[in-house]
Order: sequence, then C-alpha cells, then structure tokens
Amino acid sequence: MASYKVLVVDDEPGIRMGTRRILQNFKVDYPFMDEFIEYIVLEAATGEEAIEIIDSEMPDIILLDNKLPGIQGIEVLEYVKKKLYDIVVVMITSYASLELAVKATRDGAYDFIPKPFTPQELRGSLENITKQLFLKRMTQKLNKEGKLIRFQFLSVLSHELKAPLNAIEGYLNIMKEKQFGDNVDSYKDMIDRSLERISGMRGLIMDLLDLTKIESGKPTQNLQKVDITKIAGTSIDTMRPYAIQKDVDVYLNTKESVIMEADAKEIEIIFNNLISNAIKYNKQGGRVDVFIHRDDKNIRLQVSDSGIGMSEEEQSSLFQDFVRIKNPKTKNITGSGLGLSIIKKITEMYHGDIEVNSVPDQGTTFTIILPLERTAIN
Amino acid sequence: MKKTVLIVDDDMDYLFQMKLKVEQFGFETITADGQKEAESIIETVRPDLAILDLMMESEDSGFILAYKIKRKYPDVPIIIATAVTAETGMNFDIKSDENKQWIKADLFLDKGIRADQLQREINKLLKI
Repeated sequence: MASYKVLVVDDEPGIRMGTRRILQNFKVDYPFMDEFIEYIVLEAATGEEAIEIIDSEMPDIILLDNKLPGIQGIEVLEYVKKKLYDIVVVMITSYASLELAVKATRDGAYDFIPKPFTPQELRGSLENITKQLFLKRMTQKLNKEGKLIRFQFLSVLSHELKAPLNAIEGYLNIMKEKQFGDNVDSYKDMIDRSLERISGMRGLIMDLLDLTKIESGKPTQNLQKVDITKIAGTSIDTMRPYAIQKDVDVYLNTKESVIMEADAKEIEIIFNNLISNAIKYNKQGGRVDVFIHRDDKNIRLQVSDSGIGMSEEEQSSLFQDFVRIKNPKTKNITGSGLGLSIIKKITEMYHGDIEVNSVPDQGTTFTIILPLERTAIN
Repeated sequence: MKKTVLIVDDDMDYLFQMKLKVEQFGFETITADGQKEAESIIETVRPDLAILDLMMESEDSGFILAYKIKRKYPDVPIIIATAVTAETGMNFDIKSDENKQWIKADLFLDKGIRADQLQREINKLLKI
C-alpha cells in the first residue's frame, strides 16, 4: 500500500487532531492505481516549524492555515514554490478574503477549504488532490522514461557513428606513418576496409533520415491509392545491382495489381529494407521471393529468402534500434541495425503487423500485414 | 619470453589496428571478435593482459567477460577500451569502492587513445 504524507499547519491543536482523526483509516482508490493510497499525518503549529518539516520530511500535501503566530501561511506557500517542491498546497482558512484567495492561487495554492470543515469536506478535497497528484507524477515519470529512451538511442547512435570514424582514422594513421613501407599496394586492404566503413556510415545516415521522416509522422504522409505490386517492382529494380553483386536472384511472384490506400514512399521503404536484407543475409546462388496477397481485410507483403536464417533467440531482439544479429555467419555483413525498426514503425502507423518465420541455414520469411480499412490509418 | 595480450573487439578494423599496435609494442597477441569466442579462448589460455571492448554481443559484454576472466585468472590485468564514455557522459570511475565490487577491470581507456599512451598504460599494468 502506498501512502502520501499530509502536513497540517495550524496553530489550533483541535484542527490538527481533527485532521489526524478524519484521515485515519481513510483510503483513496482510483481506477488507474494499482493500490490504495492512505495518509500519514504530520503536524506543525507554526510556519517556521512547517518549513523545517517540509525540508526534512518532504510531504506530498500541505493543509495550510494562513493565520499563524509567526510567519504567515502565504509565506510558507511562497517558500514551497520557490524551492520548486512537488507539493500540493491547500489553504485552510476562516478569513477567506478575496485578496488572499487571489494571491494564494497566483502563488500556486491548489484549493481552499473553509474552516471549520466537516470530515466529508476534508476527505472530498483530499481525494481530488490525491488523484491529481497521482496523475501528475505518473505523467512526469513517463516523460522521464521517454527522455531516457531518447538518451539511450543517442548514445548508441553516436557509438555507431563514431566506430567507423575511428576505424578509418586508424587506417589513415597507419598509412601516414608508412608502417607497411612506401608501396601503396601494401595498404590495399586498409583502403578497401575504409571505403567499406564509409559506405556503411552512408547507409546509416540514409536510414536515420528515413527514421526521422517516419518519426515526424503523419503530416507528411501522402495517402493515395497506390499499386503495391508496382512499388515492389520498383524496389526490386533498385536492389538489382546489389543482388547481381551478391549472386542472388530476386523474383516478383505476384503479377496482378494490388491497390491500397497508402503512402508510396513508405511502402517502398518497407520493400527496400526487406529485399536488401533478404539479399544481404543470403547464400551465394540463393533466391529472394516477393509475394503480395490480398484478402477481404488485409494486404500481406511477403519477402522470403534462402539465406542463413536466425535462431529463436536472435529473432526476439530483431526489431530494436541498432540491434544486429551477431554470429560468425554475419561477421562480415555490415548494416545500420535500423532497417527493421524502421519497417516496424511504418507498419505501426498503418496499424499493421509483422510476422517472422525463420529456420537457421534455410531462410527467413518476413510478412507485413497491413489492414485495408482506411479508418485504420490515423 | 614475450608476454601475451588478449584483445577482444567485435569491430574487425579496430581489432586489426589494436593487434598491430600491441605487436609493435613487442607483445604476442590473441584476438577474439566477441564475448563468446573470448570465453572459449580463456578456457585454455592464460593471457598476461586483456584489452576488451565494452559493447559487443550485448551492451555489457565487456563487463561480463572481465568478470569471467578475473574469476579464472584473478591476477590478469584487464583494460576496457570503450568509445562510450565520451558520448554518454557515463563515467565508470573504478576508484570508488562501490564500483570496484562489480566492475572487474583495472583500467578504462577511451578508444581514441594515442599509441604511446596505450603502451605506457600496458607497461604499468604489467609492471614492466
């Protein structure tokens, strides 16, 4: 069970004891909360004492009388706001003048409770405050986690961008110091590796641009009736040189038009990524088969390869940013590790789904299922 | 007899360059391209020093590997070479007692370290 600390600041002992009694055994329940919230009551007779307790105990809620022997309640309120404490302050006062109300509200008081109050009034007010506080803290927590994910993304990204630079820099230094003599041919492998790393980095930057476009989201989405088969054909043509280089054949097995309302660029990004993966992780002389199926509800984009396949364990981490399957078979294959997370994000925009079927050493089939209903896209 | 340095990194270019540098310092080298390969190497070989990358198969492969090496060979000095600190501001200060308990490395180095600095640090750890 969770609990919130309530600090009662009042010079009348009766009010403090009354509050303690009223909040004893009082619990607040809220549909979003996992558990009840109960209250621990702290007491202060003066503003000075209140400030001490605020600093040491950090209450969640303060019930604050304005008329106090030393410093006034409003000064305690100012203190809480100045310190940026995450505390909800409720003024309890019998001298509820308009002037005070305006000032207290401006200084961040959340509510007023007239004095004397009934148990019902106090409980009602605390229930509202508790719900508000709970939601506020939940939102803050989620925001913080969002930022954390962003931070992780950026740190991995900078690692991925820096690694090729380090490698190229290292090779250039070896050449600068002529560690393998004066003959340029001695450095051929290093030059090739440097060029390879540069092209990997270019690929990463292109993928990042795709990702940025997707993440900036809907506004740029250009939804039109497009022919999915035709887009698959364009993508295969784009990938053809790469397929020839890798000695892999790519077949488009669907001939008829399949029309769907979509953003042609996004569908092309899906095919480009799936087909280039299917070529990249294939075997020499292997094949890639592209199918487009349509039924009443969905369109399925399917890309199968006869490649190295993946284990179950490898499949489970497949769609995370920058995750690349690392094993002896993929050792010499470069990639940004963003392709599949890009596909996943696009698919989510269409409220679709991705399926993976893979058998090590036999091949992998990726199926993207996109719902046909126009309303599903929002 | 030449001392043997185990170098583990999943970046084949960095592995090649590190191997080259360490051999120029006058050491024998054994290389592994990941945590798993390194684990099987230490089954049979006791290196005199190990230089490990941090992020390999997983984000903390270097730590896990360091732990396993120290368990088997408590006296083998371990350097973790990472490019992570500079970008993330993550600071693995192994001087604090709390970190000493779980980080089993003797030294953290930035991957961009100059060759002469690297040589000095290795010699210090090997008490040469």
